[in-house]
Amino acid sequence: MTDLLANVTGVELSMFGRDPFWLVALKAVGLFLILVLLTLFTTWFERRLVARMQQRPGPNRAGPFGLLIPLADGIKLALKEGITPKNADKVVYLLAPMLAAIAAFLVFAVIPLGPVVSIFGTETPLQLTDFPVAVLYVLAIASVGIYGIVLAGWSSGSTYSLLGGLRSSAQMISYEIAMGLSFVAVFLQAGTMSTSQIVESQASTWWFAILLLPSFVIYLISMVGETNRAPFDLPEAEGELVAGFHTEYSGLRWAMFFLAEYINMINVSAVAITLFLGGWRMPPPISTIWPGANEGWWPLLWFILKIYAIMFVFVWLRGTLPRLRYDQFMRFGWRVLIPVSIGWIVIIATVRAVQNEFSLDLRTMLIAGGVALALVALVLFFVEGRGSEPEPEPEPFDPYAGGYPVPPKPGEEYVVTPRAKATVSATVLSSRTEDEPAEDAGTEGEGESRE
Amino acid sequence: MNTLLTAVTTDATTTTASTGEAIVFWVCAAVAVVGALGMLLSRKAVHSALFIAGTMISLAVLYVSLDAPFLGMTQIVVYTGAVMMLFLFVLMVVGVDSSDSLVETLRGQRAASVLLGLGFAGLLIAGVGAAVVDVPVGLDAANSEYGGNVEGIAALIFGRYVLAFEATSALLIAAALGAMVLAHRERSERRPSQRELSEQRVRDGAPQNLPGPGVYARHNALGTPALLPDGTPTDRSVPEPLRGVSAVVGVDHEDTERVNALARGEAVGPADEEGSS
Repeated sequence: MTDLLANVTGVELSMFGRDPFWLVALKAVGLFLILVLLTLFTTWFERRLVARMQQRPGPNRAGPFGLLIPLADGIKLALKEGITPKNADKVVYLLAPMLAAIAAFLVFAVIPLGPVVSIFGTETPLQLTDFPVAVLYVLAIASVGIYGIVLAGWSSGSTYSLLGGLRSSAQMISYEIAMGLSFVAVFLQAGTMSTSQIVESQASTWWFAILLLPSFVIYLISMVGETNRAPFDLPEAEGELVAGFHTEYSGLRWAMFFLAEYINMINVSAVAITLFLGGWRMPPPISTIWPGANEGWWPLLWFILKIYAIMFVFVWLRGTLPRLRYDQFMRFGWRVLIPVSIGWIVIIATVRAVQNEFSLDLRTMLIAGGVALALVALVLFFVEGRGSEPEPEPEPFDPYAGGYPVPPKPGEEYVVTPRAKATVSATVLSSRTEDEPAEDAGTEGEGESRE
Repeated sequence: MNTLLTAVTTDATTTTASTGEAIVFWVCAAVAVVGALGMLLSRKAVHSALFIAGTMISLAVLYVSLDAPFLGMTQIVVYTGAVMMLFLFVLMVVGVDSSDSLVETLRGQRAASVLLGLGFAGLLIAGVGAAVVDVPVGLDAANSEYGGNVEGIAALIFGRYVLAFEATSALLIAAALGAMVLAHRERSERRPSQRELSEQRVRDGAPQNLPGPGVYARHNALGTPALLPDGTPTDRSVPEPLRGVSAVVGVDHEDTERVNALARGEAVGPADEEGSS
């Protein structure tokens, strides 16, 4: 078997599931250690970086550059009292943080960290396991992880927790749809759903981040929504919900949620790297100069560097963007991200189908697409120019005319009557006095000059 | 069911280790049965939902161990992640205390449900019976026909069973649209925008929130009126039911004076001294 593997440069799906038991256990423990260490480092990384962005030094007391601050935090959390509220549903309350943390750890089982390496004389890919639907496994585990958050919110027996948990799960479910849709283009392009094969298929062409740029952008946005991070950290909006679903948690149980959140950040970064950023491989300019860069244990380093490049983006977003309003955030997810990704999938699928059917190359396809777009634009231009009839004037409409409020029929528009104004005092539109618009204009001008 | 499972496993054992599979089977089967029983026996609706989620996940693990990874993953994503989560949502937000109405609004509902139930039972018996009686082709043969498990499922769904698949999806979309139509409520007034609301607040003379109870006052009881910056108490901060009732805590005017003096920047002695007023 070693002879067979030695001849193959890339990783193949048939290589998985053949490891001896001790090697599987070793890999699993190794992944666990890597994730815990990366989490510890990430908390330090985030605090130092966001401090730099806010013009302050950040934690710098414990150890060199404050590197030991995560350990100090860990000791503090371990020594704190784990409080169980009286109203809590005890079993579920204890189960929820475990569910969140376990689900977070499971994702890395299918993430390829490197090529075939030799561990104690056994040739094996640097990945715990892989199977034909590994990316679906990532989605499945993510949806189990949501249970931890929902149950934490419900079982705490507190309103803030319940609202935070519901918000969080609604957000994660909505953004998981956009995330799953952004994967579809990758599946179509790579022709497989296994992580190691997706990495392999990016070795010969461009990274999918460039080839499938819209999918990558959609994934980046939904990835931030999925991990409940700023600017999408509405479940933890301090001003509205105290701390959201983990308001009632303390001590090590809270630490589990903290761990789960940071591991989830690492997970979504790892998935982004695997699916869009070439996985553990170095891109051509470096790999052509130094062919050894993509062999042996070096790729593990590239992988971690790529993770921290994405983690930098996470921290950057947190340091620069204010939190969104909840309804705007949900509207963005459902009305922008999901339709755009569906449209993009249709385009990609059409291109693939045409390519397979007529065996055209990419250049011909692009030219044909451009011509088709130009034709559509031209037709739309003329149709717009000819058929522009003035819209019929909407009739004034009083929802309270019959005594009961009724919605307007097509072609009717709201007008505010004195009666309606008395009923809904906030809806005031047309009752402006003469001097107010001028006042508005004045304040707006002031605002601009101040900026 | 058991014979079916063993029938499938004996086919699959040609490729996978049987001891590991047996362990997985017995663990997951136990979890699934305990989950199903727990769903029936637990008192809280949320616990029932959790038990059935556990059953679904262990079934998914069984599917994966039977070399049907796509089915297993879809089971978790669709049933555990979407359907059960929706149930949990409803249970948490609405609760199950509201009693159901026993009046039948649809005519012929019972007859239709009996008929459909019998039809479904017939389908199930035919399907399971065919799998038990006939000798199955075997997973390897089925998979190798299209070059893999996922490819085989895709070929069947979008080839041989495309009509049934599309009919099911049309049914699901119709159901989703129906739910949206039923739940949709047209607003009778245009919703004021954030800007209009804030302009309205300025026009009404209360650009900020009303002062909370006890702001600037020396007591934080709910019935203590807040003090305006000039020191006069305002009962707008007291909740309406408490207003005009004896529950409103009086304002200590000496303290008010002291606060005002502090605000003016004058020297003020300790609270218990007399000369502060």
